[in-house]
Amino acid sequence: MSVHDTTGPLLEARGVNVSVDGRDILRDVNFSINHGEFTGLIGSNGAGKTTLFRVILGIQEHAVGEVLVHGEPLARANRSLGYVPQKVLFDPDLPIRARDLVALGADGHRYGLRRRPRALHEAVEEMLDAVDASAFADRRVGGLSGGEQQRVLIAHSLISRPELLLLDEPLANLDPGSVQEIIALLHRVSKRQRVAILLSAHEMNPLLPVMDRIVYVANGHVASGTTDEVVRPNVLSALYGHHVDVLRVHGRVLVVATALPVGPPPSDEHPEFVVE
Amino acid sequence: MFASFMTNAWISGTIVALLAGAVGFFVVLRGASFAAHAIPNGAFAGAAGAYLVGISPLVGLVSFAVLAALGIGVSSRRTRNDVATALSLVAMLALGAAFLAVNLLYEPTINALLFGEILGVSSSQILPVIVLGVVSVIVLAWFYRPLLFTSVAPELARARGIATTTVDVAFLVVVALATALTVPVVGALLTFSLMIGPPAAARILVSRPGWAVAGSIGLSVVTVWASIAASYLFNLPIGFFVGALGAVLYLGARVVARRRATHPAT
Repeated sequence: MSVHDTTGPLLEARGVNVSVDGRDILRDVNFSINHGEFTGLIGSNGAGKTTLFRVILGIQEHAVGEVLVHGEPLARANRSLGYVPQKVLFDPDLPIRARDLVALGADGHRYGLRRRPRALHEAVEEMLDAVDASAFADRRVGGLSGGEQQRVLIAHSLISRPELLLLDEPLANLDPGSVQEIIALLHRVSKRQRVAILLSAHEMNPLLPVMDRIVYVANGHVASGTTDEVVRPNVLSALYGHHVDVLRVHGRVLVVATALPVGPPPSDEHPEFVVE
Repeated sequence: MFASFMTNAWISGTIVALLAGAVGFFVVLRGASFAAHAIPNGAFAGAAGAYLVGISPLVGLVSFAVLAALGIGVSSRRTRNDVATALSLVAMLALGAAFLAVNLLYEPTINALLFGEILGVSSSQILPVIVLGVVSVIVLAWFYRPLLFTSVAPELARARGIATTTVDVAFLVVVALATALTVPVVGALLTFSLMIGPPAAARILVSRPGWAVAGSIGLSVVTVWASIAASYLFNLPIGFFVGALGAVLYLGARVVARRRATHPAT
């Protein structure tokens, strides 16, 4: 387990600005993530969620400000971070079984052709079990459903024992049943393995029962805190730049624009990062 | 066909098959078939150039294949991979055409370069072929896991801290070495069929990565042995048999896979 102290925040973003081709995508972003907490990164499509992940991973160019992990500047490919990207496409003919992909999370970066130790095989079994993927461990990843692939990717990222797991829109394109399963699974894993989770989504409602904190992105700006602190009319109106109402109906939260926006519409459209 | 003058054909053919099977597995996995088609054309130009200045064709094959690989690897950082590959391909082919035009090569020599020749490797070349083959296999084995990882899920590999561009370029250089050894035997136009057919069939039949590599190598060796024998018996270019067998293997694997899907294993 971690040798670092767990008193301060695990990750801290301070004054992060990102502009691409002269356009501001994120402005003065500040937030922190604590050990073992479940944080939702909420914002509409194109709000800059993927860009923010890239900043945290240290692969976003033209970023100003700093991201601290354990109070220290971020090194590229920090071992404390695990990452599940938005879209991973697997060819159905790919000769890689679910368990092979999980094992690559542990030793895929190692050079040399050593035999995998027994401990690694055991860790793979354990991880597959933790994400309820044992039943399809021997099937090719390309032939699995979206929800099944998501579980395998989570196991792949968790096997290196990160302290923070970043998941970019893991719930997109899943049926409602799978959404609930993946959320429950992440909640369980984060408590059991004491791993903090930062999960991006454009819909906050499925996450309300498990979210400790929220980072709300809109209009290039960010508001963060507990759900009760952030999901309020005054906070979100300031963020969007026009008045919005927050309605609570049957335990669900709806953020709606009350009137036509005055002034220019929020420029929250920009191309999401595409993995080449 | 096992006469002493055929010894070099069997030895070099086997080395080429082992190497092409292993390299080809990753070519297919990475969707780099087009690069595997372009690099032999670079090698072809190199061989033609080597004849022109009177040096060993193997030197021309290796240097031009590596140049083509680096050209593809470096320029595909800036532009799209298929465009970079296509440009390298046509530049090399044009160069090869020019070299042939000013060369006074016999037609059989040109034919052998393009379509393969079972006697294409001479006794003086057999040692360099063995050395380069062994070096390529060792390099491939050494970066097997990062190569597999970047081939399967490049964005995950990048997040894990693997220098994916370095792995990409290093792999293309290994493809170039394998190509340089394969062209004299199978021919420039059909070298890539040996790197595609057997691996594509193996990955359909076997779902474990390690066993799929082994299967790819096995099918590749069988393809080359059968092609050498058939080429000797029927006096047709070896490239023809390699290409035809590769296609047959792939179709056969598809049929077997479909049978398995409809009639699950008992």
